[in-house]
Parts: sequence; structure tokens; C-alpha cells
Amino acid sequence: MSAVTSAARRNLPLGVTGLILIVLFGAASFAYDGFFSSRVMVNLFADNAFLGIAAVGMTLVIFSGGIDLSVGAVIGFTSIFTATLISGHGVTPVVAWTGAVGLGALLGAVMGALIHVFRLPAFLVTLAGMFLARGAGFWLTTESVGITHPWYEAIANFSLSLGERIQIPAAALLLLGFVAMGYVLAHHQRFGRTLLAVGGNEQSALLMGLPVGRTKIIVYTLNGMCAAAAGIVATLYTGSGNPSMGTGLELDAIAVVVMGGTLLAGGRGHVLGTLFGVLIFGTIQAAILFDGRLSSWWMRIVVGALLLGFILLQRFLVRGAGRRA
Amino acid sequence: MSDVTTFWARLARSPIVWLVGGLVALTALNLTIDPTFLKVVVKDGHLYGVPIDILNQGSRTMLLALGMTLVIATGGVDLSVGSVVAIAGAVCALLLQAGAGLATTIAAAAGVGVLAGSVNGLLVARLSIQPIVATLILMVAGRGIAQLASGGQVIIISHPAFEYVGNGYVLGLPVAPLLVAGLFAATSLLVRRTAAGLFVEAVGDNETASRFAGLAAARVKTLAYVFCGGCAGLTGVLTAANVRAADANRAGENAELDAIFAVVVGGTALTGGRFSIAGSYLGALLMQTLATTMYYRGVAPAVAPVPKALLIILVALLQSEKLRAWVAGIWRREEPVA
Repeated sequence: MSAVTSAARRNLPLGVTGLILIVLFGAASFAYDGFFSSRVMVNLFADNAFLGIAAVGMTLVIFSGGIDLSVGAVIGFTSIFTATLISGHGVTPVVAWTGAVGLGALLGAVMGALIHVFRLPAFLVTLAGMFLARGAGFWLTTESVGITHPWYEAIANFSLSLGERIQIPAAALLLLGFVAMGYVLAHHQRFGRTLLAVGGNEQSALLMGLPVGRTKIIVYTLNGMCAAAAGIVATLYTGSGNPSMGTGLELDAIAVVVMGGTLLAGGRGHVLGTLFGVLIFGTIQAAILFDGRLSSWWMRIVVGALLLGFILLQRFLVRGAGRRA
Repeated sequence: MSDVTTFWARLARSPIVWLVGGLVALTALNLTIDPTFLKVVVKDGHLYGVPIDILNQGSRTMLLALGMTLVIATGGVDLSVGSVVAIAGAVCALLLQAGAGLATTIAAAAGVGVLAGSVNGLLVARLSIQPIVATLILMVAGRGIAQLASGGQVIIISHPAFEYVGNGYVLGLPVAPLLVAGLFAATSLLVRRTAAGLFVEAVGDNETASRFAGLAAARVKTLAYVFCGGCAGLTGVLTAANVRAADANRAGENAELDAIFAVVVGGTALTGGRFSIAGSYLGALLMQTLATTMYYRGVAPAVAPVPKALLIILVALLQSEKLRAWVAGIWRREEPVA
């Protein structure tokens, strides 16, 4: 097996995701007037920024063979935590943001430690984390809290101009920043290689002398921080905090990661695929909005069908790889 | 070691003892705050009271936990049950609107559940897709299908016989908990008096080994998912009958989580290989007692998940401790050899 074909095989899911994105966007552009515009494209990034940031963290956790169901609840908690601190207690946003990211990291570290040290199923521990974070959010307040702060206005009004027609808002830039960080961390750092090794075969990684426990705890900590950052971006995007924000978002994030060609069993995938997955998700949502006749539940059905398609594709790719070996 | 200590050690390891202990402690706590907690009165020939309320409210989680027990015992999990509840509810409402009879409606709802379970089983057992992922598909798409079927509307059901299933009383006792208890008893007999339970445990413990032992492992797994789907379909009937409506958005929301919690609290390990049907019943009962306690103590419904989360971590840690003690035991036994 030559290196070229093995690289092609490894990147096939990524290629398929990219192709599906282009086909979907192209089809929507033909079907709906005004879909093919820089505004729609920029909004794909901006409208899905917090989903995308959470999905980057989720990608890393899934690389390690784990899963984190708490991200949606952490987003909800973070949004109401920062909103109450800023609006209710007059705290500077930087302090509120640092506190929120710190709490997200703490929850992630505790969950990672429980998963690693006591060998508890990640699924169960993060489910408990989800209930804990959601409950804590509602304990702060059950109402939506608006944020009025000069910084928030400045960030909401900020946009990077690329030529006359293209204005890139802060949320889209933040998403791109997180994807870039995730990409470097996962694919150009030793940590990323360890992560994929642990996800591929934890026993082998351990025998190779890789720091399995540390890596697993760090990845859940990082994911907690990503989820908290996503919650902060959500407050920037909506100008308010709401404890019920991000309900069910963990499933969207997992779906997006899988659509991006990352193997849910761990050990194989690409952070850029997750960005493609987010854009596919956004394109379907935008197309349903543009159509107007299609109801919102078609979103779920289409996402479910795409999930099925990608999982079957992965199944056959992995099977093919297994037979070769 | 004397017989007395092994007896106590075995008793302490049994999940049933922990569950009954938890229930007694929770009830005692409630009784100290409110001495009338366990009071059951007869009104209009029906039983009323908090315990009846707990059984009524808990019956749906119990039924989901019944199916989930067998799926988890095979080493899997079914995340789609909440969505299947919504689909089955929508099917009930549409059929009753079209003038279908009670038996047809219930059979159709169970049939929808069986169909969903077959899809899950096909993906997990035949295509070897991880259970979490395979059932996630139907969890995401299923709610969309339910909304599609009901047109996104809450469909009101007015059909006395159908409502009786969810709210009625027979000989003063509520119908739904009786039905669920009957299903538990029947399932328990079916899997423990035949080899079925053994097959499920063998597949969950070591699928490859069970296949080499001549077991149709894929079929056993598929049937577990089909059974779980059927239970979810019937839970859809109970849910729709209880609230007299099919709500595609809210019916069965987070129900899969409650069911999984009940099963895990009931002593069935998420890794598969052993299960306890009575444990799942008591687990669901404990979860519902906890929920009802918080409701009666005026804890905001939104904050109520927190104690649930703490309980589940505690139970998981207790089970993990056991694992560690077991591992330690192996080490001790190996020492003389070395």
C-alpha cells in the first residue's frame, strides 16, 4: 500500500464531506433566489458560531474515544452565569468570562477524572454533568437576562471588512479562531497525536508509554473550556443569557462531528471536517428558512438521514481497512 | 470466612438491598417532614395519595426501563426511546381521530415501536455500529418524524376507553402501574424461566465467545432492541393516554435519560453481561420517589435534575468500587504463585 493511496483513504471522509457541502450549497443556490450571496455565506459562520466552537471541543473528545453530553448544558449555564454577573452585579466582562471558562474547565476536569480514575462510562458521567450544569443554570435564575454593556455593543457592531460587500462579524471570526486552534492542537502537536493514539487503542497507547490518563483528563477540561467559550459567544450573539440555551445542542455537535468524517469510536478524524459539518448543518437550516414552506422538523429528519449516511460510509471504509490489514 | 460474614457480604453486594435501603431512607426523610406522606385514602372508590401518585407518574419510566434493561444487558444502549414515545403518541392520536378502535390503536403504537427497534437492531447487530451512534440517528430523526406526522400540532385526544388506559382505575387501583407491573412480571418469567436471559447475558459479557459457543448473538441483540422499541411504543400509549394529547415536541423528552438512570441505579452494569429486572423496577421507583419528594418540597422543577445527577454518580462509583475490590482480590490470589 503506497503512502499516497493510504493518505487518500484517510482523507476520503473529509473529501466526501467537502463535496456534500458544495453539492448542498450549490443545489440550494439553484433552488432559491438570493441564496448564492456573500451575506448567506458569512451568516453560515456567524449563525452557527457557538455550535461550531462546541463542536471543535467535542471533536477532540471524540478523537480520544470519549463523548461529552454536557456541552449544551454548559453553554446554558455559562450564558446565564455571565449575564447575571455583568448585568446583575456590574462585573467587568473579562472577569465574568474568565470565571465562566474556569468553571467550564473545572467541570470538565472533574468529569475527566471520574472517567479515567474510576473507569466510569463517559456517557454516564457527562450525562450527570449535563443535569448538574443545567440545574445550576436554572438555580441562578429561570428567566432570560439581557446584557447591556459598552463592550457587548462594541463587539456586536464590530465586523472585519473584506472589500465593499463582505463584512465578517466577530462571531464568525471567533469560530474560525477556535477551528484554527483546534486544528493546530489536534494535527500539529504531540498532544493531538497522543489523543488519536488513545482513541485508536487505549491499551496500546498505554504500552507505548503515552500519558493516557493525563491526556484524557486534559481533553475533557479543554472541552469544558470550549463549551464555556461557546456559551460566551452565544451571549455575544444574542445579547442575553438564558439558562435553557443550548438545549439538545450536544446532539447537534455530535452529529456535526460525525458528518465531518470523524470516527465516533475514536482514533481517526479531522478538525477541519467538523467545520465542514457545521457548514452543512447551517446550509440545511438556511435552505429550510429560505424555502419557507418546509417546516423546521425537516431539519431533524435531514440531519438524521445525513448521520445515517455518514456512519454507513465510515462503516464500510473501516471494514475495508480492517480486511486489508 | 464464616457463613455469616459471606451472607452479609453477599447481601451488601446485592443492588436490591441498596435500592430498598434508599427507598426506605427517602420515605423516612419524607415522613419526618410530612407525617402524612404515606397516607392513602379511598375517594369515590379509588385510592388516592402520594404513593399512588408516585406509582402513576413512575409507570412510564418503569416501562421504558424494562426494555432498556435488556438492551443494556447486551452491552448496548437505546437513546431513541424518547423519540419513539413521541412517534407512537402521534400514531395513536391520528388513528383515534380516524375512528380506529382501541385494540388497533395500541397494536399500531406497539408496532411502530417494534419497527423502530428493528431499525436500531439492524444497525447495531448486523452492521456493528456502536449503539450510542446507531440509536442517536433515530433519536434525532424520530422527533422530526413525530412532528411531521402530527403536523407540528398538539393533537387533543378525546376517547374515553383510550384515556382509561392512562388515567383509569380498576378495583380502586390505577390501571397504568398495574399494566406495567404485569409486563415486568411477564418479562421476568420469560427471561429467567427460559434460557433467554442467559443468552442476553452471554452476548453482553462476551459477544465473540457467545458466538463461538453457538449462540446467534446478532439475533439476540436485535431482539433486545425490538423488545425495547415495543416497550417504548407502549409507553407512547401510556403518555398520550395520561395527558389526553399527543405532543410531538414534549412527549418522551429526556425519557431515555431517566430510563437509563433507572436501569443503572437498579444495578445493571452499562458494560453489559448481567441485568436485574426487579432492580430496574425499584430503580425507576427510587428515581420517581426522589422526583416527587422534590416536587412536594417545593424544589423548582428546573433544579430537580441536580440530586438525580448526584445519585447517579454515587451509584456508578459504588459499582466501580466493587470492580476495584474485585481487581484487588485477583492480585492477592496471584501473590503466592509469584
